[in-house]
Amino acid sequence: MNRYPLWKYLTVLVALVLGLLYTLPNFFGESPAVQVSSAKATIKIEPEMQRQVEGILSQAGITNTGSSFERNGPVGTVRVRFADTDTQLVARDVIERALNPDATDPSYTVALNLLPASPKWLSDIGANPMYLGLDLRGGVHFLLQVDMRGALTARYESLATEIRTTLREDRIPSISSDREDLSVVTVFPDDEARNQALTLLRNRYNDMEFTGGVSQGMNSGKPQLIGQLEPGAIAAVQSSALKQNITTLHNRINELGVAEPVIQQQGADRIVVQLPGVQDVAKAKDILGRTATLEIRMVDDSPTAMSALSAGRVPFGLERYEDSDGRPLLLRRQVILSGENLQDAQAGRDSQAQQPAVHLTLDSKGARIFRDITRDNIGNRMAILLFEKGKGQVVTAPVIRSEIPGGQVQISGSMSAEEAADISLLLRAGSLAAPMTIIEERTIGPSLGAENIAKGFNATLWGFVAVAIFMVAYYRLFGLFSATGLTINVFLLLALLSMLQATLTLPGIAAIALTIGMAIDANVLINERIREELRRGESPQAAIQIGFERAWGTILDSNLTTLIVGIALLIFGTGPVRGFAVVHCLGILTSMFSAVVVVRSMVNITHGGKKKLKGLSIGTIWKPKDSKG
Amino acid sequence: MEFFRISRTIPFMRHALALNAISLVFFVLAVVFIAVRGFNLSIEFTGGTVIELTYPDTAPLVEVRQELETLGYTDFQVQNFGTSRDVLIRLPAIDGQSSTDQSDAVMGALTAGTPDILLQRVEYVGPQIGRELVESGLLALLFVIIGIVVYLAIRFEWKFAIAGVVANLHDVVIILGFFALFQWEFSLSVLAGVLAVLGYSVNESVVIMDRIRENFRKLRNVEVRDVIDGAITQTMSRTIITHGSTQVMVLSMLIFGGPTLEYFALALTIGIWFGIYSSIFVAASIAMWLGVKREDLVKPVKKTDELEEVYTEE
Repeated sequence: MNRYPLWKYLTVLVALVLGLLYTLPNFFGESPAVQVSSAKATIKIEPEMQRQVEGILSQAGITNTGSSFERNGPVGTVRVRFADTDTQLVARDVIERALNPDATDPSYTVALNLLPASPKWLSDIGANPMYLGLDLRGGVHFLLQVDMRGALTARYESLATEIRTTLREDRIPSISSDREDLSVVTVFPDDEARNQALTLLRNRYNDMEFTGGVSQGMNSGKPQLIGQLEPGAIAAVQSSALKQNITTLHNRINELGVAEPVIQQQGADRIVVQLPGVQDVAKAKDILGRTATLEIRMVDDSPTAMSALSAGRVPFGLERYEDSDGRPLLLRRQVILSGENLQDAQAGRDSQAQQPAVHLTLDSKGARIFRDITRDNIGNRMAILLFEKGKGQVVTAPVIRSEIPGGQVQISGSMSAEEAADISLLLRAGSLAAPMTIIEERTIGPSLGAENIAKGFNATLWGFVAVAIFMVAYYRLFGLFSATGLTINVFLLLALLSMLQATLTLPGIAAIALTIGMAIDANVLINERIREELRRGESPQAAIQIGFERAWGTILDSNLTTLIVGIALLIFGTGPVRGFAVVHCLGILTSMFSAVVVVRSMVNITHGGKKKLKGLSIGTIWKPKDSKG
Repeated sequence: MEFFRISRTIPFMRHALALNAISLVFFVLAVVFIAVRGFNLSIEFTGGTVIELTYPDTAPLVEVRQELETLGYTDFQVQNFGTSRDVLIRLPAIDGQSSTDQSDAVMGALTAGTPDILLQRVEYVGPQIGRELVESGLLALLFVIIGIVVYLAIRFEWKFAIAGVVANLHDVVIILGFFALFQWEFSLSVLAGVLAVLGYSVNESVVIMDRIRENFRKLRNVEVRDVIDGAITQTMSRTIITHGSTQVMVLSMLIFGGPTLEYFALALTIGIWFGIYSSIFVAASIAMWLGVKREDLVKPVKKTDELEEVYTEE
């Protein structure tokens, strides 16, 4: 009667194997590595870089223990492992010297890193170690609040200008069009003009709502229109502001040379930045807060300028810049347009030649300036410059072929689709879309992190050992089953956390310890029930059957109520509470499985086949003298 | 080995009234402590800066305090953290001064005297975060209470649901009372611990309720009081062993886990002991006062579970 069908044993076996496999990577520790990534938004790391780095190392006679290339979105990274930290340090210096000949203007970031030392076949099946939280590995944590009001204000400012231009172009008279708080207020001389404008604006700006009214204040009594963005459009402005800020942060943090930065959205308007291993908070903050800007200027290709350039002189009123291939250009000092006039940049294709292109959308002021400039400069070159770290670089310098009205600018020519995507990203990501403030900051020293791991590990280990010893002493063989089940539970839990690539924190370790403490409940319930049934005079086989069956109802009820708590913590918790909750919830699930299914299958295998089972090794069964049966 | 050789049902419910009175006294005391003394909230809730330092030798706390006073701080705390070499400094949030400014100033002043101080940790929390944490903490509590009441009402019966929740809140309030009385630091991880206790304590109540229901099914014409006593007696052994094991784990956390986990483990310890007490005396007796009956739990037409049928046959 106490036998499982084959599929149940197989399920348990598969769970055990998977549990073991996915827990395994956590035991290998980490090996020292050097990582190469791009320090500039204009430089990309391609797979060839891996061979180049290997070449540099073999030339210097340094042996590595494996290298890899990884592409994460548009960002490529090369990582090389070494046998020990001494080699790692030497290798870092060698690679640094070879890749960045000019130390003051590095093109690549060469950083020290620790990589999981688990064998390749494990990472091939997706078995990677858990990610350690900052409290366990040390580093800096920032929580940034994005000023959404700032993003919206900027949007309304440009809408006000656009509406002014639109009205002028359609010859509808208006007195003023300005941003007032979070709306655009346009005042008209009479009702007729307002009604005309309403029809036109409703048509043009279908993501806005316009309401009529009478102006107060300066133009008191005049009819006016109040335009506000619809909730959907507001959400779009906010989410694009947040995305752009995250992209910008990514680009900037790459310069810091942080091995594995975490930059994530949290809630509707916050960004979490975690920089493991970074101790210099001041530098990190400086880089996070810096702005990169876009400028459009004219190129001077006149013969005098060209001869000055070849002679290495820079004539008055001009400045020398280089493009991404290192070719020098002389630009006029006057800035025609800057990043604030750029609304969007998207990669796409040229409408005629179907070549890859970047489409820029300028705001109305920018569009007007751009139209005038292009009309007056047909045949000349204009340069689009990106300023980072106070240094400008020419992204592209196309020849103006015709007057460009309407604020839709297309940059095409000698670029691949990939380059077009990069440039548009770069132009979008050049600056922050909305200001940010740091509202939470944490710095944890590396020694504190190591200490926390040791403490958490010891607490769990010794508690577990004590509980396991007690279980075996008290319940004998069944106690051994319980203790084994508990061990499997820990493995399954660690495996699940590794599979999910969850971040392990100190509260998470505490939750593992607590889960073990609470998981034993299911085992105790089962064992006590079996004892009780034996006491009542049931045969051993029947006692096992009834014991597990009866206990199951109780185990389910009590675990489900605990799960409600876990889910509440998961929904409402932040930071350490959430780390605790994730482990807690998963732990409840794994402990139910291991106590009920895994332990039962152990019992079934050892006891199920014995027809004439006399007794069970489950500790003393004491029967009261006047037992009621 | 068998610890519990209980030959007859222990009449727990005979003393229910007296014990409920004691519970009430504890509860009221806890509320009074919370109201009068308030909580020693961590900077996660209040906003501010925490700096943890390690000195090469025993940390001169008095000198550290003097240095901070000369820096112009009035509302600050300096205490040992774990060992006598580790110092934890808590500074209030100051408008217009970032945490880096603060920690730089403090480190500058302190390293002037002792150069080899190690900066272990700096934490800064803005004031708006704290307010949100309090809000989300209360929301979590509300969600848990409603979730548990609904679950218990569906799975058991409303009287048990009320009894279970009252018992759990009793535990939570008493833990909070301890934190208020001793002014232990109430941090986010303590909050997680308190909420975990909530789940843990329900767990305990559910086991006893389950037994009460089962006994109602098995035994007819037995007094409600005796059924409850029987259920508690039968689960006694399991109660002690389970809680003993959990307590061993928590104790291990208290001993090896270091200062970060200290208050978390303390909250759990109090929660475990009061959880046992409240499940037996508070939950079960409230269910009894509310007049839980056999008919409430044993529905005539129910599942066709083989085992249940054997015992509920009319």
